[in-house]
Amino acid sequence: MIYFDNNATTALHPEVLKEMLPFLTSQQGNPASNHTFGRKAHTALEEAREKVAASVNAHPSQVIFTSSGTESNNTIINGIAKAYSNSHFGYSSIEHPCISEPIKSLVSQGYKISEIPVDSNGIFNVSSISDKTKKSLTFLSVMMANNETGVIQNIAEIADWSKKNTIQFHTDAVQALGKIKVDFEALDIDAMTISSHKIYGPQGVAALIVNKKIDIIPYMQGGGQEKGLRSGTENIAAIIGFGKACERSSQNLVEFKENIGRLRLILEKALLAIGAIIFCENSNRLSNTTFFSFKNIDGSTLLTALDRKGFAIASGSACSSNSSEPSHVLLSMGVDLDLAQGALRISLGLESTEGEVNGFIDTLKDEVDRLRQMAAVAA
Amino acid sequence: MKNKLHDMPIYMDYSATTPVDPRVAKKMIPYITEDFGNPASRSHPYGWAAEKAVENARREIALLVNADPKEIVWTSGATESNNLAIKGASNFYSKKGKHIITLATEHKAVIDAVRECERVGYEATFLEPEPNGLLDIEKFKSTIRPDTVLVSVMLVNNEIGVIQDITAIGNICRENNVIFHVDAAQATGKVKIDLEKLPVDLMSFSAHKTYGPKGVGALYVRRKPRIRIEPQIHGGGHERGMRSGTLAPHQIVGMGEAFRIAREEMDEENNRIKNLQTKLLKGLTEIEETYVNGDLEKRVPHNLNISFNYVEGESLIMAIKDIAVSSGSACTSASLEPSYVLRALGRSDELAHSSIRFSIGRFTTESDVEFTIALLKEKIGKLRELSPLWEMYKDGVDLEKVEWAEH
Repeated sequence: MIYFDNNATTALHPEVLKEMLPFLTSQQGNPASNHTFGRKAHTALEEAREKVAASVNAHPSQVIFTSSGTESNNTIINGIAKAYSNSHFGYSSIEHPCISEPIKSLVSQGYKISEIPVDSNGIFNVSSISDKTKKSLTFLSVMMANNETGVIQNIAEIADWSKKNTIQFHTDAVQALGKIKVDFEALDIDAMTISSHKIYGPQGVAALIVNKKIDIIPYMQGGGQEKGLRSGTENIAAIIGFGKACERSSQNLVEFKENIGRLRLILEKALLAIGAIIFCENSNRLSNTTFFSFKNIDGSTLLTALDRKGFAIASGSACSSNSSEPSHVLLSMGVDLDLAQGALRISLGLESTEGEVNGFIDTLKDEVDRLRQMAAVAA
Repeated sequence: MKNKLHDMPIYMDYSATTPVDPRVAKKMIPYITEDFGNPASRSHPYGWAAEKAVENARREIALLVNADPKEIVWTSGATESNNLAIKGASNFYSKKGKHIITLATEHKAVIDAVRECERVGYEATFLEPEPNGLLDIEKFKSTIRPDTVLVSVMLVNNEIGVIQDITAIGNICRENNVIFHVDAAQATGKVKIDLEKLPVDLMSFSAHKTYGPKGVGALYVRRKPRIRIEPQIHGGGHERGMRSGTLAPHQIVGMGEAFRIAREEMDEENNRIKNLQTKLLKGLTEIEETYVNGDLEKRVPHNLNISFNYVEGESLIMAIKDIAVSSGSACTSASLEPSYVLRALGRSDELAHSSIRFSIGRFTTESDVEFTIALLKEKIGKLRELSPLWEMYKDGVDLEKVEWAEH
């Protein structure tokens, strides 16, 4: 089986596993305990925090460990809502549901919210925010790179605009980390979400990076871990793995720029040659992501056929892949329903090879031909 | 007798966290290496394998507590389960009223979640237990009001190990149409839990207190009659919308395996641990002026919480560094405040300050217990030799009646 679904989750890197194993297999304390076992766990926890902070140029004290990107995003949104009761939440129309859903859930509590559309290239422009919205907006969340199209937003510009308009700004950098450079300090933003399992670290751990200028009231209360912002015994083994994955992520950047980008070029050239439409083709995108569709070919049929031939790809984001709903990202860009419904996503990873890509192209060509012939017969 | 291999003290802090059982670790590792898929990926075998593993583990959780797998919702740990249960249920049923009842001796995760409810307009009653740590059922009954929406009581206390009468409390909740949540983080593998019979609506579980990994837990949400909770984390709609977020299969698999082992081995294991507890209790109470905190009968065999009078807690902990114990719960042990649990039992500050929680478990040996008894006898003897209070006590001075000069 060839795995081309690295935006859904990545395989644990062997070096990460090696660092984690002692924390899974030998006796480990609770980092809150005041004895040798506890202190060792606590030290390891803080070392991991430093590595995570360094990978995004943040201060260790700004890193709050959580259990997932979803939890991080919910923590910032609900935390802001509770701390600032007059909040007006803005978000781009292509956000992951773990941004849009918690924001939508605030409407019933009387909060104002605004969904802000992207253009047909999948790009968010501050100019599309109306003057009226701008006046009352207090919080804005725009993802750094989209999980489906791979489009990279100009976060520096949006952050700058937000600051000028005294709007709290958060970016979901889950897909960006490890693929492009992420610099929390240089961006000078209020909060950012990153996750471990998208960067060859383990599942079950993520972080919220928060600038202390803003207050948040935490979702989970209890033992007061993570400076009271996220109670619960720390998931030590996973946090150690996350730290190591972050440390490695700067190495990945080179790999992404040189090797993976080259593979995608080969892939996309072949896709275009057989009539595929590549979404956001000319936008600035993550170098591993291709989101495409064929006119008059049913995406789910193609997906199943490719799976049978040993290629694991996705029809959109993993989180919504059990629904047959077309991609909300594509629809908000104004893509036709038919085309959106057939969309398939390939996300390459560190382990992807040219041989795999060529094998995929050959198989895809065969399958597309077959499906087109069948369609011709049926017509 | 110390753990020579790592030069680490003897671990007697199983209530803070347990080591991962080697069988659990072995089962987890394939799910971080080969079968690493996202269980929500429905389009390829990586996702299917992960989903299957997650569902098998869910069945194991359900089996241990005699529930339906559909009633189990994964979380990141008992803290999240408690927060989700308390905020989720009280929000959903807020039309019934805004009064919550809990115990003053609950875990911080319950107390602070209830406090957050207070902040947003709920009223809370924090019931004081009896001096033995158990809740007086009649007293509890009289605190229920027409607007009581939720009751949260823990099954096994983390500091003193006492077991509350969940059946009696739950029956009263049922009669009064009140949602009943139970924090069972410290109970799994220690006491039998049968949710088919127990009148409980919501129950929190943790993996790392039962030889599973940290970072995973579960919440039981009853289906018959159906209990609803308002989700606290929104997103991809995982866990039937009750708790969004990518699941971590290796952790979930670890929790499943830990709970399977608990189900199969708990009877035998608890007998063994009960013998160790008896031995530890006998040895330690040979020391003069010791007070066991919490009821001795309605208590799990894994816990002994003892106050050593005329000894200062901090110096005692320092003196017995060859064993890893705690002076309260792990979560609050960084603070020097005496345990709020012991205070709620009516213990004096002095006795609360001089208490030690010994929590033993699967890997505790008889020689660990013998070492502990000998160590405590020796060190307490030495510390008391230095204590003027001890000297006065031995001279027959009634310290309660001594009038201390102001400094």
